[in-house]
Amino acid sequence: MLLAQAVLWPVAIPLATAALAACCWQRLAAQRAISAAGVLLMFAATLLLLWQVRAEGVQAVQFGGWAAPFGVSFVADRFSAAMAAITGLMAFATWLFGQADIRRREERAGFHPLFHGMLAGVNGAFLTGDIFNLYVWFEVMLITAMGLLVIGRTRAQLDGVLKYAVLNLFSTLIFLMAVALLYGVAGTLNMADLAVVLPQAGPSLTLTISALLLLCGFGIKAGYFPLFFWLPASYHTASITVAAIFAGLLTKVGVYACFRVFTLIFTVEGSGLREILAVMAACTMLFGVFGAAVQWDVRRILSFHIVSQIGYMLLGLAVATPAALAGGIFYIIHHIVVKANLFLLAGAIHRASGTFDLRQSGGLMRRSPLLAALFLVPALSLGGIPPLSGFWAKFMVIDASFRGGQGWLAAVALVTGILTLYSMTKIWMEAFWKDPLMPRPTARAVPAPMLAAIALLAAVTVAIGLQAEPFVAYAQSAAQALVDPSDYIAAVLGAVPAEGGAMAEPRP
Amino acid sequence: MNLIYALAIALLTGCGVHMLLSRHVVRIILGVSLLSAAVNLVIFYSGRISSTVPPVIEPGSSALSEAAANPLPQALILTAIVIGFALIAFAAALALQAQRSIGTLDNAGLDVAESLGTPFDGPEKRR
Repeated sequence: MLLAQAVLWPVAIPLATAALAACCWQRLAAQRAISAAGVLLMFAATLLLLWQVRAEGVQAVQFGGWAAPFGVSFVADRFSAAMAAITGLMAFATWLFGQADIRRREERAGFHPLFHGMLAGVNGAFLTGDIFNLYVWFEVMLITAMGLLVIGRTRAQLDGVLKYAVLNLFSTLIFLMAVALLYGVAGTLNMADLAVVLPQAGPSLTLTISALLLLCGFGIKAGYFPLFFWLPASYHTASITVAAIFAGLLTKVGVYACFRVFTLIFTVEGSGLREILAVMAACTMLFGVFGAAVQWDVRRILSFHIVSQIGYMLLGLAVATPAALAGGIFYIIHHIVVKANLFLLAGAIHRASGTFDLRQSGGLMRRSPLLAALFLVPALSLGGIPPLSGFWAKFMVIDASFRGGQGWLAAVALVTGILTLYSMTKIWMEAFWKDPLMPRPTARAVPAPMLAAIALLAAVTVAIGLQAEPFVAYAQSAAQALVDPSDYIAAVLGAVPAEGGAMAEPRP
Repeated sequence: MNLIYALAIALLTGCGVHMLLSRHVVRIILGVSLLSAAVNLVIFYSGRISSTVPPVIEPGSSALSEAAANPLPQALILTAIVIGFALIAFAAALALQAQRSIGTLDNAGLDVAESLGTPFDGPEKRR
């Protein structure tokens, strides 16, 4: 029972935790205990799922016992299991950091239920095998994310969340419209079933529109080039624990959905999508990194860098060879750890120097050398310095784009890498190296839980960098499963995929 | 019938997008709700609406008859309406709170999050 339903636990546990925490609304101590138990249990459940997928291949569960194309399926292949596991790690690290960062006022406003509700949404989006269900998880994620973003009720947060809300509402509507068109053509919403039915349906205008709407909807979520403006307008207003988990996970859900949909349901190969994706990837990288170059607030620099790094992942999807997809997957995993860690570091810099504004901070190298050393790990990793994880991630996508005949994309990626290093150097020089302009009254020592969370993620980054081999092998086999989804389809539909498409088939 | 539906969807989408492009937050929220109504109609229509036979399994048989209407779009739309309602309600509450604390709902005045200020202001107030 425990093992057979392993796919469900990463979603069920945070949902139950959120509900329990909401029941203890007035008792903060009880909420904290429930939240701690929920985080640890979910981390364990995601690791269990990862172990099981590695051992036994694709896991699928049908809700309510309805056979595949009729009921809602939950599926975990190597890619989604890895995403769920990294979600568990992120939840644990940000929870640890939050021990020192979350204020009582924020807890009273419902931090714990919202946090776990968001984790349920993220894991649900990673594990669902039904495209309408994916929409539902996106909405769960969206409404809890809006709650978390505005939890301090400051004016900047209200302003940021308004922009976040409008653009993300718009993106889910576009996504829903694409789902409707897809259903109109295929008569099914199960993604594995769609992969079987659509090739038989042949190309049509409706499908093209649907694919582009999906790209647009996921693109807003993920922060692709012409659609990323909500991200740097809102992320820096959130409290730092919230910003870290957003930076790590939320945009990557959009990227994950793109990888899933444009390998399983639609293909990049030979559909004309490659040119669009390639241009979007190049512009995402460049605009993000140039946006970051002119900023002075640590959080805004990092927000723009989320955008530019998303471009590398999209580059993997645009080239779409197995090696490029493997690079993209490796990049996502590496980036989630590093980017969340950098946001946590921004929080620690704020605690230690009293400000997020780089021009006013300084002197941290002398005051907290441990923090300075910990900063170097994710910063250099983001810039792609060997032997850290970012080097291998960049190496894989750039190598694959040379081999895939997209040399210009590789060139853009390399230039972006140098400019990334520029921003990281700027943070280093301003916050750590130079002497402070004036002593600040709000500066305090960095508490232990913050350092522990940062050290944990830095250790993961170093581990991925020094022991890259198993991670690369895992990413390659995950990419292989994306290119050839027959295992995925067989696990969902059972032995007889020929009967697929029977779900309430619309009659033309 | 097809044409009426298509025109209704087009009209709703057009009005929705027009409102979305406005500068006032309340109009934007109304635009989103119009657009979500249009999307619901798209779902409804993509499920084919030719049949009026209720999708009920007759006594004695174990499956729907061939002529029955497709029940799935209704279920999807119901889900979408509930979710859309929750989100619009949240957005409206957000707009109300923004009006109270920022004092304007015009996008031209909503720049608290991105106004950067000078480095010589002393301790940073905004957060």
